[in-house]
Amino acid sequence: MAYYVPSTEFEQQEMLEKAGVKAFDDLFAAVPDSLRIKGLNIPDGLSEFEARGRIEAIARKNRSFKSVFRGAGAYNHYIPAIVKQIASKEEFVTAYTPYQAEISQGVLQSIFEFQTMMCELTGLDVSNASVYDGASAAAEAAGMCRDKKRSAVLISESVNPIVSSTIKTYCYAANAAVKTVPLKDGVTDADALASMLDGASACFYMQQPNFYGLIEDAGKLGEAAHGAGAKFVMGVNPIAAAILKTPAECGADVACGEAQPLGMPMAFGGPYLGFMTATAEMSRKLPGRIAGQTSDIDGKRAFVLTLQAREQHIRREKASSNICSNQALCALTASVYLTALGPGGLRSVAESCVSKAHYAAGKISAVKGFGLLHGGEFFHEFVTSCPRDAASVEKSLAERDILGGLPVPGGLLWCVTEMNTKEQIDSLAEALKEGAI
Amino acid sequence: MKLSFEKSRKGRSFPVLPLLDVPKKDLPGELVRKTPPRLPEMAQPDISRHYTELAKRTHGVNDGFYPLGSCTMKYNPKLNDEMASLPGFTGVHPLQPPETAQGCMEVLFEAEKLLCEITGMDAMTFQPAAGAHGEFTGVLLIKAWHDSRGDKKRTKIIVPDSAHGTNPATAGMTGYQVVNVPSGADGGVNLDELKKAAGDDTAGLMLTNPNTLGLFDKNILDITRIIHEAGGLNYYDGANLNAVMGIARPGDMGFDVVHLNLHKTFSTPHGGGGPGSGAVGCKALLEPFLPKPRIVRGNGAYSFEDPGQSVGNVKAFYGNFLVTLRALTYILTLGANGLADAARNAVLNANYMMKALSDVYDVAYPGICMHEFVLTLENLKKERGVSAMDVAKSMLDYGMHPPTMYFPLIVKEALMIEPTETESRETLDEAIAVLREIRSRAGADPQKLHDAPLGTPVRRLDEVGAARRPVLKYNFDGNG
Repeated sequence: MAYYVPSTEFEQQEMLEKAGVKAFDDLFAAVPDSLRIKGLNIPDGLSEFEARGRIEAIARKNRSFKSVFRGAGAYNHYIPAIVKQIASKEEFVTAYTPYQAEISQGVLQSIFEFQTMMCELTGLDVSNASVYDGASAAAEAAGMCRDKKRSAVLISESVNPIVSSTIKTYCYAANAAVKTVPLKDGVTDADALASMLDGASACFYMQQPNFYGLIEDAGKLGEAAHGAGAKFVMGVNPIAAAILKTPAECGADVACGEAQPLGMPMAFGGPYLGFMTATAEMSRKLPGRIAGQTSDIDGKRAFVLTLQAREQHIRREKASSNICSNQALCALTASVYLTALGPGGLRSVAESCVSKAHYAAGKISAVKGFGLLHGGEFFHEFVTSCPRDAASVEKSLAERDILGGLPVPGGLLWCVTEMNTKEQIDSLAEALKEGAI
Repeated sequence: MKLSFEKSRKGRSFPVLPLLDVPKKDLPGELVRKTPPRLPEMAQPDISRHYTELAKRTHGVNDGFYPLGSCTMKYNPKLNDEMASLPGFTGVHPLQPPETAQGCMEVLFEAEKLLCEITGMDAMTFQPAAGAHGEFTGVLLIKAWHDSRGDKKRTKIIVPDSAHGTNPATAGMTGYQVVNVPSGADGGVNLDELKKAAGDDTAGLMLTNPNTLGLFDKNILDITRIIHEAGGLNYYDGANLNAVMGIARPGDMGFDVVHLNLHKTFSTPHGGGGPGSGAVGCKALLEPFLPKPRIVRGNGAYSFEDPGQSVGNVKAFYGNFLVTLRALTYILTLGANGLADAARNAVLNANYMMKALSDVYDVAYPGICMHEFVLTLENLKKERGVSAMDVAKSMLDYGMHPPTMYFPLIVKEALMIEPTETESRETLDEAIAVLREIRSRAGADPQKLHDAPLGTPVRRLDEVGAARRPVLKYNFDGNG
């Protein structure tokens, strides 16, 4: 079936003749006979009606929980209606990378606005147009800090394990060493960090809030890294960034993170949005696209992809990153989200997360056997012990339409956002109580 | 037009969240930032108009012909987008218990099975988020394979001089030295040079076939054999798979690992730069090294499994899941015949256009092309001073997106044209007429072409100034 091919068989025949051949086969003369297959061993095509039915049936095999108390790198937040509507505009959805600036001012300006917002959130000077996700952003950020003399990357053990696994994979590729800085009371052990840093250390990477939800003393860790001549890289949650000390205030050279909380659904892990900002000094090491302001020949303000001398299509094997496509539509989504909420709205999302998480922590930890594991300040995630097999707790909560905390070593990692009502939190605590009996 | 920051007025907002229903908790002051981020403060109607204005200044596939070579700008079917917005998919947390995410896992499992058949591979991962990310993953598999055999002498990756910039950049990122092999007079890999380059330091070869000149390398079986005999592996850059899907398979050509651009060949939209998907398929010998986790089926259910010698993660979770879902929808709708039919018509449309332009423009490699072809404007530049840039910019005034310019690097004043199969004959005829008209203007009044475009929201930009004096964010203290 010629699904999205407009030309009819009759037209195709005429076009073949105009192209100077008799049949389709003649167009593939360069393909050796031995390589030409008779046909693919996959089913015949479906009508739109049937295909819709197939996919909808598959969707019904999933469960979307009414109450979600799980984060660990993917967060359940409210998405204002305007965000999805704007991010579905066909012009944005169906455009390629804005190589032709004259007819791409819309995308380019939206990138410029996104870069500005990311700089505002992190306090740093320069942002790129996005990378694949928070984990690959962390790996790219570590890559920015490496040079011939300093190639080892230090990662705190309090970093999300998927993020540290990604950094390690990139370091394996680059033949660079990775060291893991141990924990003390759920946060990075600053003394251990100081003793592990040396002349071969390229950077120290930490996460704020960390994987267990705790707020680290980032300024102190940054000082330790700088004291040894290493760069300081912070992975940050963009919602928390609305109220926490900025990476700039903590002395970070590079900040990065996962911006999925800014208007993207959880969607089984993607598409999400990696962001990266850096000090002006590091700007020419940033990977990926960057939009800049300039003017056209009539003197009109305009935007264009710039500083391309960093990129793969110019530097080829000397480029520090090979990134080409990024997550532009997700960056646009985040921009619309941040514009819709504004500074006050974003702050209230963050405050709601903090308040509800603390309320929930109080409720949950009041249930016997679910005590808080750590004493430090936290944002919207925290770990409690778990008196029973974590999988059985997970299962009994699922029966009440609750996605409970993620089983982690030592207990359960809970996440509470503005989406969780007081009623949901109270029912969760009740369910845990009942289950314990 | 103004930036959102310039439209911002203090105090404007609209209520999104309800009032707090729990006691307010404040974090200690020493943990809190000094000043709030200066985000725009706008009313909802103005936000809506702001982005409509931006959309009007953006050219997508739906706005007109988009023959951007190597990017396969085909139509993005609406059904795919609708399926990707089903709450049954968007509301699933990536770390849910597997028994509650069986539908998502089925999507990935089914897409893997179908795309393995389409490419002739044994296993596939959807974790890589884009083509270049797929290249990185694929070459890492090659690296891990050599390492697992204790073969440490392989330090080089061979890349033809017609390759995309991402290929050598990928080799660099994965710790390899790049050996460039020149193309022969026919545009294919020069076999003698390849034989000279291949040796016991060869880790692998990265190749696009059809290549960036739009030519299928007729010596492909010799090429992959030379690399295998030297002990290396063959990497297939799937950027140009649209020409041969359902016709021939990289797995049968001697390739050990491929990446696909689901946002090109399999019709998922490109979103102004992404998200895409750089799915990586491999032969069984590389399967143990794939990123973790993999999805397996047993006892009537799907579960996760980490491959024994996995290279780890190249990003979090399972890739751009909703992109994979769109691609699966596409494959299910087209089916075996529809995919081959798409490839055939992509090749037909390219040949139809090339033939209709070949009397007024120089085709870099005349003959039959695959899904794209390259014009060289070297003579036009010499004779009339009209460059590939001038012709491209002139197309903008006709509401068309120009072809890829100045690539591949081995063709001077190159314009690389890829019409795709979803364009009608009338659209192709119109584009042909426009390009012919521009060519005749180049003879009569070249200055007009140097001045183009005239009718776009902005005209040619000062790109040198942009790079020399970078302004990369809004200046709140008076925009300079």
